[in-house]
Amino acid sequence: MISLTGIERTFQVGDQTVRALANVNLEIGAGEYLSIMGPSGSGKSTLLNIVGLLDRPSAGTYKLDDRDVTGLSDEEQARVRRDKIGFVFQSFHLVPRLTALDNVSVPMMLAGIGVDERRRRAAKALTDYGLGDRMHHRPSQLSGGQRQRVAMARAAIMHPPVLLADEPTGNLDRASGHEVVALLEALNASGVTLIVVTHDPDLGQRARRQLHMVDGRIDTDDVQRP
Amino acid sequence: MIRLTDTLRFAANSLAGFRVRSILMIIAMAIGVGAVVVLTALGEGARRYVVNQFSSLGTNLIIVFPGRTETGGNLPGMMVGRSPRDLTLDDAVALLRSRHVTRIAPLNIGSAYLSRGRLNREAPVLGTTHEFREVRGLEMSQGKFLPPADPTQAQSICVIGQTLSRELFGGESPVGEWLRIGDRRFRVIGVLGAKGRSLGFDTDELAIIPVASAQQLFNQPSLFRILVETRHRDSLGAAQDEIRRILKERHEGDEDVTVVTQDAVLDTFDRILRTLTLAVGGIAAISLGVAGILTMNVMLVAVSQRTSEIGLLKALGASGANIRNLFFAEAALLSALGAVAGLLIGAAGILIIRQIYPAFPAAAPAWAVVAAVVTAALTGVGFSLMPARRAARLDPVVALAKR
Repeated sequence: MISLTGIERTFQVGDQTVRALANVNLEIGAGEYLSIMGPSGSGKSTLLNIVGLLDRPSAGTYKLDDRDVTGLSDEEQARVRRDKIGFVFQSFHLVPRLTALDNVSVPMMLAGIGVDERRRRAAKALTDYGLGDRMHHRPSQLSGGQRQRVAMARAAIMHPPVLLADEPTGNLDRASGHEVVALLEALNASGVTLIVVTHDPDLGQRARRQLHMVDGRIDTDDVQRP
Repeated sequence: MIRLTDTLRFAANSLAGFRVRSILMIIAMAIGVGAVVVLTALGEGARRYVVNQFSSLGTNLIIVFPGRTETGGNLPGMMVGRSPRDLTLDDAVALLRSRHVTRIAPLNIGSAYLSRGRLNREAPVLGTTHEFREVRGLEMSQGKFLPPADPTQAQSICVIGQTLSRELFGGESPVGEWLRIGDRRFRVIGVLGAKGRSLGFDTDELAIIPVASAQQLFNQPSLFRILVETRHRDSLGAAQDEIRRILKERHEGDEDVTVVTQDAVLDTFDRILRTLTLAVGGIAAISLGVAGILTMNVMLVAVSQRTSEIGLLKALGASGANIRNLFFAEAALLSALGAVAGLLIGAAGILIIRQIYPAFPAAAPAWAVVAAVVTAALTGVGFSLMPARRAARLDPVVALAKR
């Protein structure tokens, strides 16, 4: 499903060239549950951004569903992100002036889906995530856990086959974190490929496949036998 | 693809989210549009005012006055330094020989003290003939105008305007009463109707006496103007040529008079005032340009304030073009709201001007209104081009990293 070959990502910092990713090769199958762990600066977020088409590799090939997406135009990459990839961020990234319902509707708006269908689907998603009574609240009126659940409803609303989560529990208390993880794992159980980047070993070790990154390389790649 | 309605709704939502800034922007834009509307309305009002004034005279009117103001090729009079000949009453009468001319009204003008008993005041005095009334279309409120007579005969009769009648005679009827103008006595035979200002004269303050009397009174044998009415509008050109020929003949071959049509004078004023309107409109448009630059500034701030939102939208599947359109829509909405507010300000301004000066026909010309709105839209959208492109090019990773 996801196939990375010889991925390099270098940044220019002053007159120094920093290699955030060095020759990363990775195959991820559909429906996998993968965690990426490693110290700060090991390149795990950069890898996630490349998989999410938010960043372009300096070298290498990225195939998504057997299609080379490395060289796609901005327009085409946007469409791939919209239809195939859902994002969950550490700091939620909700639009502060929009209600929960409208925040969940944004991906559908970008896809050109009509208002009525948007409202119906967003309301259903929020209800499913236990936010039925919070639909018309703005992010500032919601708790951290509620905000992340809104963000997850938004990430899942287009039924993307891949869900990318960058420290999804990083800004949450333990209880809220558990709820969010439960929701992510439920999505994975329904067949969504789930990739979680985290510092938190407790969260990382829940994944069936665990990647450890050091200095832009994949150090270990363990598959747990359940 | 985002639907247009969604783009607009999202943009309106962002504007509402930054309410104070949006309102300030709209005000800046509105002041620009309003200034264009009000200032061009003033210019256009001035133009209409002048045109109305001239139109109160007939349109088949030719004005003759002594001296040449037009610069021509060879002017023998100027070459030898001769002053132009007087334009005499005989010259005026001679113009009736032309078959294109129906009426003439010689004019002589001066200023004199008018007195009756202990009351006196200074007023402009116009010497003319019976025909003047028809040529100018003057109304009478009492008595009669100057009767038809030989223009070279002085008569001690006068017609006065409403203000003079009120000030010198109070509530009494002045008709038949005697009035001293300068050092002569005149019998009042009529009072002009209220007409207001016309061609620079306030007819309410005017005293009219026979032209020969005025020549004696002011000791001025030369006429100030001869108003000539032609048979048709179409014969204006032919009449002009004939007037020149007749007067040239009478002035020993010198063309030392100026013959202009009412239309030519009007055209000149029209041109001058249109140019003036255009100029003040242009100056006002500068404020629109300033508003445009403000828009750009605001949009740039908006882009940098909302980088994380832009990054998020990109992550959720917005292309660069989508982002650009969203910011474009914001700028367009700002401009549109500003333009509408500006038109309201302009309309209010025009209303106020009309309240203060009811006689002044202030009205913004349609082209100025359209130009103001189009300029507002173009500056708004034009100046948001750069910020919108900057937003579109934002790297989502960088944008998302910023919190």
